[in-house]
Amino acid sequence: MILHPSILALFVSSLLICLMVLYSTVYGIQILRRWDIASGSESQLALERKTYLISTIVSYFLGFQLVSLFLFIFTADSICHLFVGAMCAVGTLTVNPFGYPTLLLKVVTFLLAGFWLILNHADSLGYDYPLIRTKYLLLVVMAPFILAETVIQGIYFLGLRPDIITSCCGSLFSPASRGIATEIVNAPPLPMLALFYASSGGTLLCGAWFLARGRGGGLFALLNAVQLVVALTAIISVISLYIYQMPSHHCPFCILQQEYHFVGYPVYIALFGAAICGFGAGWLSRYQGIASLAEDLPGLCRALTVVSMACTAILVAIASGYVLLTGFTLR
Amino acid sequence: MRDALERQRHILDFTIASLLRRKGKNGSLLAVYTLIIFILASVLFFTHALKREATEVLRETPEIIVQRTMTGRYQPIPLAYADRIRDIRGVITVQPRLWGYYYDGNFLANYTLVVPREDPPEPGKIDIGSGISRIREAYPGDIIGFTGHDGKPRNFSIRKILSDESQLISADLILISEADYRDFSGISADQATDLVLRVRNPKEYTTIAEKITRLLPDSRPIVRTEILRTYDAVFSWRSGLVIVIFSAAALAFVIFAWDKATGLSAEERREIGILKAVGWETSDVLQMKFWEGSAISLTAFLLGMILAYAHVFFASSFLFAPVLKGWSTLYPQFRLVPYVNFGHVAAIFFLTVVPYTVTTIVPSWRAATIDPDAVMR
Repeated sequence: MILHPSILALFVSSLLICLMVLYSTVYGIQILRRWDIASGSESQLALERKTYLISTIVSYFLGFQLVSLFLFIFTADSICHLFVGAMCAVGTLTVNPFGYPTLLLKVVTFLLAGFWLILNHADSLGYDYPLIRTKYLLLVVMAPFILAETVIQGIYFLGLRPDIITSCCGSLFSPASRGIATEIVNAPPLPMLALFYASSGGTLLCGAWFLARGRGGGLFALLNAVQLVVALTAIISVISLYIYQMPSHHCPFCILQQEYHFVGYPVYIALFGAAICGFGAGWLSRYQGIASLAEDLPGLCRALTVVSMACTAILVAIASGYVLLTGFTLR
Repeated sequence: MRDALERQRHILDFTIASLLRRKGKNGSLLAVYTLIIFILASVLFFTHALKREATEVLRETPEIIVQRTMTGRYQPIPLAYADRIRDIRGVITVQPRLWGYYYDGNFLANYTLVVPREDPPEPGKIDIGSGISRIREAYPGDIIGFTGHDGKPRNFSIRKILSDESQLISADLILISEADYRDFSGISADQATDLVLRVRNPKEYTTIAEKITRLLPDSRPIVRTEILRTYDAVFSWRSGLVIVIFSAAALAFVIFAWDKATGLSAEERREIGILKAVGWETSDVLQMKFWEGSAISLTAFLLGMILAYAHVFFASSFLFAPVLKGWSTLYPQFRLVPYVNFGHVAAIFFLTVVPYTVTTIVPSWRAATIDPDAVMR
């Protein structure tokens, strides 16, 4: 293990986050099993009190979780020169087989955490805890991911030994090697760009329709999930080419570096923000029939939709800026 | 939206007023919290600034240095080695270097002697660094004496004092002519201290290094990236080690915060009871507690960071510089280049605010779920 301050910070915080989430999950399971809003029994009152604690704990720690994804990538990027051959986060993550699983789990928990926070907020709008079961079910689903993330991240950090020869992003993301990353990279660039614009346009149109008519929430959620995958693929396979202005450099992490004006941060924040808010808005539209939410829920849905559409628009604007305004061309 | 903001503002107003009412308790918590963040941030800022300084210095060093060793110990290298290395494809130039150290017993200081490649002083003259000039009170035109390898004194006149700009490298430096250096150190005319190589293609560094070891088994090539990596690992390791040692203090702080948070005074309990009796809900009290935690954490965080910044970049981190950078009589006086990045801020945040939140969250909830009748009865 490398005694790097950021690694220690990630290590300690993920341990604490995991402990607190597990603690909450235990009570979450109790709530799932014994919750009965109609009852006035002692245990129900205790559970009602506990739910405040659980929501507070989970919302704090999921908030921390959101920041830790970026710290993880930042750390991976900043310690890469300790490994021979590594030139950015890709090299650090391939030092041992646990790097990419950690990143993947972090992204999954990031998305789930964002969605949970939206559900929690919607739940707090109604006086009779209308979404309590959904909320705790999601928590129970999420807990194993967070536990796995902590364990795998721990193994990954413990297994980091400087000087191990790892590959550089140039060779991992080059067309010669095979694997899922290369499949993404080998996606034909111009059709991929067209698909990205089509998906973004479709999502924006559906969002506008959802805003105007209040219908089509399910479709909007679905389109946002699709858009996440499409946009991520497009960033790696074609948009990165325009950012680096090189026909063969596909790295998804280098765009986070200073040389490229940290453009990766707005890109990824917009991408994840659009996905979480859009999916949340679409999902919440299912609950419009609940009486205690009838007053406040439509407003929340609209606000989330607007944020999601704004994020998508920002993403498209940044991508278009690079595609149209740089001298680089793929033709 | 506006209403929600107003609501939060009122709760925040109330929280700050209530925090200020208990100055002693909250003040002591804030002081300890700030101190913890200050120490942590100082360590991080300082090691990072040193790392940057080292990187800047090493950027100009040659790509590969070749030394000769005999059973693991360093030896002067024959100049004939240079010709053999020059034949390796990819090597642009090979230059012998002459340099060494000189211990000045009168002033208890170590000097670095170097024969410069460009603009060397003529025999009998030397250029000295500002640190040496300072302690020996020597200025251009003065004569300065050193004892050579054979015990006989040699006198040199000072040509000039090296500029102050690169203090970290030049404070203890003496530039000397080749003839004087050979006479002074006793190194024979067909030997050099080491060889430096220029290599055009960075991808060939390791290959060339391998070829050199195969060609000249008693040589030791050192690649620049290796030096950089080692420096980085050493500094990160040092700061990580300090943090680990320091975790005992952090643990004490966590216990302290836990104690403060659980030990609600009767007055505070009554306050929360009254708030709930006049219509505050549990979630409002929790929000108040959230703002309380945020106000304390944010104040301590900003205060600690600003103090650490001033300590490291304006006061040359007088508190732990000896531990983190090592010591020397002639240590250059230098100001580090201020630099803070997202990683530092996030690391400090995760090492302090997250543990603080963990310790205070359950006590806050306990306080928020107090029954009004239970405390006011």
